[in-house]
Amino acid sequence: MYRYDQFDATFVRERTEQFRGQVARRLAGELTEEEFRPLRLKNGLYLQLHAYMLRVAIPYGELSSTQMRKLAFIARRYDKGYGHFTTRQNIQYNWPRLDDVPDLLAHLAEVEMHAIQTSGNCIRNVTADHLAGVTPDEVDDPRVWGEIIRQWSTLHPEFSYLPRKFKIVVIGTETDRAAMRTHDIGLKIVRNDAGEMGFAFYTGGGQGRTPIIGPLVKAFVAKEDLLSYLDATLRVYNMHGRRDNIYKARIKILVQSLGAEEFGRQVEEEWLRIKDTVLKLPEAEVARIRSYFAPPTYENLPAYIPEFEAKKSADPDFGRWVRANTDVHKVDGYIAVSISLKPVGAAPGDMTADQMDVMADLSDAYSFGEIRVTHRQNLVLPNVRKQDLFDLWTRLKAVSLDEPNIGFVSDIIACPGLDYCNLANARSIPVAQRLSRRFSDAKRLSDIGELRLNISGCINACGHHHVGHIGILGVDKKGEEFYQVTLGGSSAEDISIGKILGPAFSYDQITDAIETVIDTYLDQRTGPSERFIDTYRRIGIEPFKEKVYGGSKERRPAAE
Amino acid sequence: MVVLKNGVPQPNEWVRLADDATPPDGAKVIVTFERWQAERESLRQRNSAIGVSLKSDQSPLLLADDLDRVSLVALEFPKFTDGRSFSYARVLRDRLGYRGEIRAVGQVLRDQYLFMLRVGIDTIEPPAEKRVEGYAEALTEFSVFYQPTNDHRETALRLRHGLNKSTASAAA
Ligand code: HEM
Ligand code: SF4
Repeated sequence: MYRYDQFDATFVRERTEQFRGQVARRLAGELTEEEFRPLRLKNGLYLQLHAYMLRVAIPYGELSSTQMRKLAFIARRYDKGYGHFTTRQNIQYNWPRLDDVPDLLAHLAEVEMHAIQTSGNCIRNVTADHLAGVTPDEVDDPRVWGEIIRQWSTLHPEFSYLPRKFKIVVIGTETDRAAMRTHDIGLKIVRNDAGEMGFAFYTGGGQGRTPIIGPLVKAFVAKEDLLSYLDATLRVYNMHGRRDNIYKARIKILVQSLGAEEFGRQVEEEWLRIKDTVLKLPEAEVARIRSYFAPPTYENLPAYIPEFEAKKSADPDFGRWVRANTDVHKVDGYIAVSISLKPVGAAPGDMTADQMDVMADLSDAYSFGEIRVTHRQNLVLPNVRKQDLFDLWTRLKAVSLDEPNIGFVSDIIACPGLDYCNLANARSIPVAQRLSRRFSDAKRLSDIGELRLNISGCINACGHHHVGHIGILGVDKKGEEFYQVTLGGSSAEDISIGKILGPAFSYDQITDAIETVIDTYLDQRTGPSERFIDTYRRIGIEPFKEKVYGGSKERRPAAE
Repeated sequence: MVVLKNGVPQPNEWVRLADDATPPDGAKVIVTFERWQAERESLRQRNSAIGVSLKSDQSPLLLADDLDRVSLVALEFPKFTDGRSFSYARVLRDRLGYRGEIRAVGQVLRDQYLFMLRVGIDTIEPPAEKRVEGYAEALTEFSVFYQPTNDHRETALRLRHGLNKSTASAAA
């Protein structure tokens, strides 16, 4: 993991003290709320429906056990005993008091964390593949580049007052676990024909009210040119992005209005001017940062561990959990374990302080003290020995962190919705909770197989509904909560934007409607290996429409 | 009105001229880009320095051919959230090689001041109701910088690798 050196540590301390001063000036009336707003936002502090919310950055989704313990401490001391992991690999606290925030930030600084640029119209916390460094077939480790981008973007003097927020993600494989093309800049680490490593720039993706799949703007940028090409892109955006209408201010609108080719030409022109100047990345700095992400000292283990295989068949619950919640590791004898934060009936992404402490202990015991946060609001222990898996599972079970549903329909992404958010049309969390109760049977879940269900409480799409295999969007109908369903979205390498199924459903109808959609899939699929999204792509939306709106007598009675 | 240079208040030597006002004799005046375009020749006949102000939707590239005759470029921040002029300052310095004075006018807030200096702005006109001491304080808040911007501040990266100018010359 990256560790702060004297420069990083000094910087974060200075930033905390600066914010302490800003809060004091606000409380003294020296700053208007309007002037304070962008300052607090750049320190992750939102004003929500009921209270302030603080969003803490987890750069590229990586946490140490020490940091996790500190997050637990903060949850107890400054929140109501829990935290909420977000789709941007961050954690949010819903109840901090304004005058406590400087101290809270000082606590974070002690463990090399901060809340810088988790909000506001600036370059946001950079995200990455949650299996970075452990997944096979990786061209390079995205965390190295995530850290370089974190430093470059931190308090960038030129790009702190952009037209709108700016989100960058890095992945290192063909498989996309990080919704790469829904970002303002999606970076895919690639090799060119000469075998050199570099970056493909997918610029101008986004969700919100205008979902756009980021087009490939430049197929190869050499690694030493990463920062200069980013700089050029941001400069073109900062000068030409729209500032008259916040709904049209994201870079995606600029890229669409110019066309990806013309946009790319303008960036290229700027880039050629600056590429050989101060932003060229010295190899020594890349090597310095890379050294922090050196693999832990893995043991020499066989790929096949008989006792582990035996346990899987002896205990079907364990076997099911292993099948659903683990990913292949690049090192024999190891496995990457996902911990679902979607137990039946829970608010997706929520975790209690006690669970956080347990996670910290488990990561020390089984995963070199390292934890990842995924954009689907789950956690990962990236480096577990297969032979330890049964013990790990047993200990997870004791704190209800053993839900075997990763990638299944109850592994729902949901935004805070009307329970917390002042922009919401409808509640998201209770809909997620009802659905997760309806689909609580582990056997049924694994029979349905991979199915990404995402819920947003309004068109801002914080819950990624456009790119869910099934998306649910809260809409307002004459003051009543309604839910529009979209089908066929995907945020993976086969990215697509979902299509609207038909008229929206009431809060009481939505669970049944989703169940009918899923039953239709089960009827229509060619076999268990055809995923929901594949069936949808094969047969289109009509059969689903017919079942959902045509034959209401076939609907099962609500179970709740 | 005062202007700030490196946090220190200075008397303002420049007069910002309304488009219909006659330039006072001998005064250094700042005219709008529109007026500069319309009256470039007669303005150049005067014997005093000329400055041109740009609105936040007017790129300094518009002045590219005139910069050697312009002693000051005033960049406007109509709202503090409108950050275009941060890039314009860099375009002026890095792309157009402008060496004259760059001044920020409009809603320039204390918490943006350090950023302004870092992108190449020399002087600012803080809004009248703001406490000017705060601006000097703002310059002391940070000692670590991550981005190379062609100002004199060394970046963390260069210091880490001993590439900073002072060590380099000490070693020599
Ligand atoms: C009080 C709470 C929140 C408010 C007011 C809020 C507001 C917004 C707004 C206005 C947008 C649309 C931006 C645009 O399209 O330009 C947006 C998008 C988004 N937000 Fe939130 N949000 C909140 C909470 C969250 C949370 C908790 C998450 C993560 C779980 C989140 C993640 C996202 C993502 C991923 C997008 C869409 C991706 C994109 O277009 O960049 N937001 N949010
Ligand atoms: S999608 Fe809408 S309701 Fe949900 S958090 Fe975002 S802004 Fe709020």
